[in-house]
Amino acid sequence: MALLLDLLSFAMLLGGVFLGISGAVGVIRFPDFYTRIHAAGVTDTLSAGLILGGLMLQAGLTLVTLKLAFILMFLWITSPVASHALARAAMHSGWHPRLSD
Amino acid sequence: MDKNVVLVVFAKILVPFILLFALYVQFHGDFGPGGGFQAGVIFATGIILYALVQGVDRAMAVMPPAVLKPMMAIGVLLYGGVGIASMLLGGHFLDYGFLAHDPIHGQHYGILIIELGVGITVAAVMMVIFYAFMGEQN
Repeated sequence: MALLLDLLSFAMLLGGVFLGISGAVGVIRFPDFYTRIHAAGVTDTLSAGLILGGLMLQAGLTLVTLKLAFILMFLWITSPVASHALARAAMHSGWHPRLSD
Repeated sequence: MDKNVVLVVFAKILVPFILLFALYVQFHGDFGPGGGFQAGVIFATGIILYALVQGVDRAMAVMPPAVLKPMMAIGVLLYGGVGIASMLLGGHFLDYGFLAHDPIHGQHYGILIIELGVGITVAAVMMVIFYAFMGEQN
């Protein structure tokens, strides 16, 4: 059982790290502002969920897990709202998405 | 303000939690990571977020500059007052052990009051600096 939990949490941690790194690559490689915040915002949400979920499996049913759950909840609230505010501010200041040419 | 519905609603949800977390960092500082400086900055962050989303006028209604200016001095006075009090009770400056009969209790009270003073001053100064920048812009 402990081995199973460890394997599951390692898989989740690795998946989260992979998503985080791919988001970072996307931020550097994507062509314009909107695709970049798309890469950052979307991967951050799932990567934080996977990493914190893996840590919760490591912590077991303790107060630490509750705190991690709160962190996850606040990340899931703030990260999309921050992306939304960025995109909105860019659109508002007349920065239009690059369309296919 | 009517267009930024998402920001307004989520700031409304988040601000109380930010203020609560600041108080947690303040009073949990002698057991875990945290303390007066961090707590003051987090508290000011909550008010600054409110000011950014709702407008500075409404933030000034919550935390008027006329209240913040005395708060800056009260924090320093608390800090210095604890130091002077421990001198009057027979110790050195900021010698917390003399604040109560039991030196361990005295140190506990001393660090809590000192950190409260630091927190009040830092929160007030951060908000005053923010108001000063916003006033410059208008």
